[in-house]
Amino acid sequence: MTETLPSEITLSARGSCPFDPPPEVTEQAKARPITPIRFPDGHIGQLITNYTLARAVLADPRFSARQELRHIPIPNRLADGEMGPADPGMFIRMDPPQHTRYRRLLTGQFTVRHMNLLVPRIERITAEHLDAMAEQGPPADLVKAFALPIPSLVICELLGVPYSDREVFQQHTSTMLRLDSTSQEVYGAIGKVNEYLDGLVEAKKASPAEDLLSGLITGGELNQEELVTIGFLLLVAGHETTANMLGLGSFALLSNPAQLAALRADPTLVDGAVEELLRYLSIIQIGIQRTALEDVDLDGHHFKKGDGVLISVPAANRDPERFEHPEQLNITRPNTGHLAFGHGVHQCLGQQLARIEMRVGYRALFERFPDLRLAIPADEVPMRSDMAIYGVHRLPVMWEEVRQ
Amino acid sequence: MKVTVDRERCCSSGMCALTAPKLFDQDDEDGRVVLLIAEPPEELHAAARKAESFCPCQVITVSDD
Ligand code: HEM
Repeated sequence: MTETLPSEITLSARGSCPFDPPPEVTEQAKARPITPIRFPDGHIGQLITNYTLARAVLADPRFSARQELRHIPIPNRLADGEMGPADPGMFIRMDPPQHTRYRRLLTGQFTVRHMNLLVPRIERITAEHLDAMAEQGPPADLVKAFALPIPSLVICELLGVPYSDREVFQQHTSTMLRLDSTSQEVYGAIGKVNEYLDGLVEAKKASPAEDLLSGLITGGELNQEELVTIGFLLLVAGHETTANMLGLGSFALLSNPAQLAALRADPTLVDGAVEELLRYLSIIQIGIQRTALEDVDLDGHHFKKGDGVLISVPAANRDPERFEHPEQLNITRPNTGHLAFGHGVHQCLGQQLARIEMRVGYRALFERFPDLRLAIPADEVPMRSDMAIYGVHRLPVMWEEVRQ
Repeated sequence: MKVTVDRERCCSSGMCALTAPKLFDQDDEDGRVVLLIAEPPEELHAAARKAESFCPCQVITVSDD
C-alpha cells in the first residue's frame, strides 16, 4: 500500500549545479507532466512540471488562489484547518472580484511607463552603492553591497517607508521566508512588520507625502487594516525577490563566462539577459499554489474538486518542449514567455519594476567592475535552499579594476 | 490583421506595452490596456502575435482577415 502512495517530494534540495531545479522535481518532470504528491498535512494533490499545463492552470478561474483552501507545501508548518481567509488587502491570496478591486487600485502605479520614469533614480542609487563598494575595496559580499540594498531602497522610496527602518522588515522577512520557521514564528514575524506599518500608516494619515502609501490613504478607498496589509505585501514582495535575482543572477553570469563576455561586449543584450536569467533561475522555487474549485478536465488531465495544485515554476521554465536546451543559460535566447512572474490574473504586479532594477543593476555592476570574479570556490557559495525564495545567502567577490 | 482587446478582463501586467509598445499602451489610471492601432501594418504583425501569446489574462485577440 505504501508503495502506491504518492511520496512527499523535496522541493528545495538542490543537486550538483546550484542553478538547476531540485533533482527530485526534474526527475518527475522527465517522467510525466503532472505527478500526485503528498502535502505535509497528508493531503494528496498534484505537482505540475509541464509548461503548457502550468500556463493553462494559472489562466483558469476554476483554480483558486484563496488562502483558506491552501495546503502548505512546506513541512514544519501546521497547515490544515489553521488558515482562515486572507486578511483584507492580501489580494495575492484572493480570487476575483475581491482580488480585482485591490489590484486595480495599484496597477496604475506599476505601468511600464511609470517604471521607466524611475530609471534615472535607480541608476543613481545603483551608482552610489557601486561607488561605496569600490571605495571599500575587495573582497565584498555582493548581497550586502549591491543585491539587497538596491531593491530595498527603491521599494522603500516608492512606498514611503523610511529606509533607516529597514532592520525591522529585513530581519522579519527572513524569518517568514525560512523554510524551517514554524507557523508560530512566521505569524510572529508578520505581526511585527504589521505593527511597524500600522504606526507608519497612522503617521502618514496625519501628514501625507508624495508616495504610494500616502496616495492610497488620500484615495480614501481603503481602511487602516487594508492599508497596512497592502503595504506589507508590497514591501516584502518588493525587496526579497529582486534582491535574490540580482545576487543569484550575478553568480550565474560569473559562472558562465562566455555569456558574461557576450553581455559585456554588447550591453544592449541586457534586456534579453534579464528574461533568460528569470527563466533559468526561477527563484520562486517551491512554486505557485492553486486549489481546484470543482472537478476539472484539462488537456486530458483530471483534477478533483479540492485538489491542491502546485505549479513548479523551476520545472515549467525548463520544459524542453517549450525551451530548446533548457538547461543552458543563453542570454540571446528568443523570449518565448517564461513563467517566472507567474501567469493569469495574479501575474506579478511588480514585474516591470523588477525588470528595470535588474537591467540597471547587472549592467552597471559589470561595467563598473570589468574583472569581477568570485572570491571563494563556486561550490562554497552558501545557497538559499532553506528559503522560500531561492538565491545566495552571500556572494563574496574580488576585482582589480574599477571603471568610472 | 485585426487586433481587439477586452479591457474589462485586463489585469494590467504591462506585458503588451513591454512587448509591442507601438501597438499597446496602458492608461495612467489603472494600467489597463489601451489599443493604439487596431489594424497594424505588416511589420507589426509578429509583435502583435507575441503580445497576444504573452498576455497573462488572454485579453488580446489577433485575427487575420
Ligand atoms: C524578480 C523579482 C520578482 C519575482 C520573480 C516575482 C514573482 C512573482 C510571482 C511568481 C507572482 C505570482 C504569485 C501567484 O500567482 O500566486 C508574483 C505576484 C506578486 N508580486 Fe512579484 N515578483 C518579483 C518582484 C516583485 C516586486 C518588485 C514587487 C513589488 C513592487 C512584487 C509584488 C508582487 C505582488 C503584489 C504580487 C501579487 C499580485 C496579485 O496577486 O495580483 N513582485 N510575483
